[in-house]
Amino acid sequence: MKQRDLFLAFFRVGILGYGGGPSSIPLVHKEVVEKYKWMDSDEFGDVLALGNALPGPIATKMAGYIGYRVGGYLGMINALAATMIPAIILMILLLTGLNSYKDEPWVKGMAEAVVPVVAVMLAVLTWDFIKKSGKSKLGWVWTAVALIGSLVLLQFFNLHPAILIFVLLLGALLKKDPAPVENKQTGGEQQ
Amino acid sequence: MIYFHIFLDFFIPGILGYGGGPASIPLIENEVVDRYEWMSVNEFSEVLAMGNALPGPIATKMAGYIGYAEGGILGAIVGVFATVAPSLILMISLLGLLMKFKDSPRVKRLTIVVRPVIAVLLGVMTYDFFFSSYEGVGLMQTILIGGISFILMEKLKVHPAYVIAGSLVYGALVLS
Repeated sequence: MKQRDLFLAFFRVGILGYGGGPSSIPLVHKEVVEKYKWMDSDEFGDVLALGNALPGPIATKMAGYIGYRVGGYLGMINALAATMIPAIILMILLLTGLNSYKDEPWVKGMAEAVVPVVAVMLAVLTWDFIKKSGKSKLGWVWTAVALIGSLVLLQFFNLHPAILIFVLLLGALLKKDPAPVENKQTGGEQQ
Repeated sequence: MIYFHIFLDFFIPGILGYGGGPASIPLIENEVVDRYEWMSVNEFSEVLAMGNALPGPIATKMAGYIGYAEGGILGAIVGVFATVAPSLILMISLLGLLMKFKDSPRVKRLTIVVRPVIAVLLGVMTYDFFFSSYEGVGLMQTILIGGISFILMEKLKVHPAYVIAGSLVYGALVLS
């Protein structure tokens, strides 16, 4: 029963979560907290915060962890499969289907018309990240500096993004925390 | 060898993609288009558009499809595994520890510090897509399709799946 519930809960999330992983978070909340009551809202918030602090796709981290909590390793695999597999199968079927007609002019027209739409979606996403960065503790000035700096490094010096990201993460972890005036909740966590 | 490359290709975006699935898209593009040259910018944009038009998490759809295109079913499994497993294993095994530190400024700083880089990667990709569209259908069509889809998605809040479907129909009828 539990495994079946897990599958159904995450299948619904996977099949209704339009707009990538983050847009499925409210759906996960609805299933896990409201419908099946596997955890309360606070605990869900903790799991989400933790998921956001770790790298990688967010929806699968939530599914995997909640599945594990509710039904052990089998539950983890079950919830993951339910989240991902329907969309992947659809995608493979649609794209390979389209590929065999690749040279037809109308298929070429479709492929070309969709490029500017994707460009707009990416532009909006870019702006979201810039806005979030400007409004975070980093502030607008440092965001601008960081944007220009990483643009120069990545585009003109051809630095691999992995190296830049890794160095920044390391810096963020190793940097000494500022005096606790700025943030009261830092207490107890440093030596 | 191909499976090893698929693994690396998705392991790196999976482990460096701070900020959820969308943050790992430019990293995937970097590997798939620039490094391994499995796809052109245009093909990648088709896959991304299709991925965005379908439900479910985006990073695993990309990994599943690209893995399948390069290495069949096993390739799809390897791609999805490399995307999902590292961070999930971290999450489950470090749970107690991370719960304790989740409010620590150091852990919070990780996401903050990486955001501008992700923004630049996304911005560069945006430019690539606009440029490739300009080369493909010309300036007028790019502005027309881009402008209309911006208004539909951002101002009128039409779901991207419908906008993409609309652009496909427009392309098949008008641009063929």
